[in-house]
Amino acid sequence: MPDSHTIVHGGSEVEHHEHPAYLRHHFESVEQQADTTNFAMWLFLVTEVMFFGGMFTAYLIYRNWYYPAFVAGSHQLDVRWGTLNTLVLIISSFTMAMGVWCAETRRKRGLVLCLILTMILGLSFLGIKTIEYSEKIEKHHVPGFHYSLQSFTDPQSDPAIYAEYHDKALPVDMARHTEVYFSLYFALTGMHALHMIIGIAILVFMIVRAQAGAYTSGHVTFVENFGLYWHFVDIVWIYLFALLYLISRHQ
Amino acid sequence: MSEPSEKSKHGEHAHHIVSPMVYVVILISLLVGTALTVWASFIDLGFWNPIIALAIATTKATLVVLFFMHVKYSTKLTMLTVGAAIFMFLTLISMTLSDYISRAWGSW
Repeated sequence: MPDSHTIVHGGSEVEHHEHPAYLRHHFESVEQQADTTNFAMWLFLVTEVMFFGGMFTAYLIYRNWYYPAFVAGSHQLDVRWGTLNTLVLIISSFTMAMGVWCAETRRKRGLVLCLILTMILGLSFLGIKTIEYSEKIEKHHVPGFHYSLQSFTDPQSDPAIYAEYHDKALPVDMARHTEVYFSLYFALTGMHALHMIIGIAILVFMIVRAQAGAYTSGHVTFVENFGLYWHFVDIVWIYLFALLYLISRHQ
Repeated sequence: MSEPSEKSKHGEHAHHIVSPMVYVVILISLLVGTALTVWASFIDLGFWNPIIALAIATTKATLVVLFFMHVKYSTKLTMLTVGAAIFMFLTLISMTLSDYISRAWGSW
């Protein structure tokens, strides 16, 4: 029935009622609009779970195959940096949650402050990650043509790590597989860092909009859904921290 | 301004505003969890080290999902979506890992 659409449309024009400017016409109510957007955001996060889940699965399988190499590779990571980054990210999740609360209770200055703090903490995380990455570059632990096996075939040549773990030398064929560990390390932390960079870019956009009062007049969907994204990235890091830094320390 | 909920006049469900106190409690729990998992990683528990690390990580993730991400206060549809994501992920990972574990079954 091609005509029914126009009839219904005409009918709804007559019954046109007052509603806030941010309520789109294809939604019944603000609640329905908020629920729908929230659902969409969660569906996106489901695809993100699958995306990171694939890499986590690859990590677990290769860790079982090349266990000694993964243990030796993991010993190259500094738990102190990892812990510091975990704390930074958890606090940034808290400031983001507080930002959502400020938006919900219409506190403009509080919201702007929370978003700025979240952004600074996000940048701090990336800064610490840069320190860790540059250490890997110096030691030639970035997979590729210049990859060096020295720390693994001759652990005593790497005194700081040797003093902490007293690793035995790996045979060359096993030591070669530390490159698989670092490939997955860079893939996982790199994709995580990319998510952080995208998040920080959106935060900058939101800070500008929040200063103009965009999220403190009753329409908080954008801040709320960005919060979901930011917390998701936090959860990914919680698992990365456990799997990359913590579980191989005594093996 | 920190009322636990703001009833919507449509009455289907309330848009729940989570109070800052809840966020502070969760923040402290997450910091304690981090301290605990780092502390546990310094003790040689052999086989139990990865299990404890993953158990603490999962506890922390659950707190984030329930409170920071408001799932505890959200619609059934959201809860179902989150549940579906976890179920789907666990199904895929356990099927994949059981394949790799059992592939060489009996060949040694």
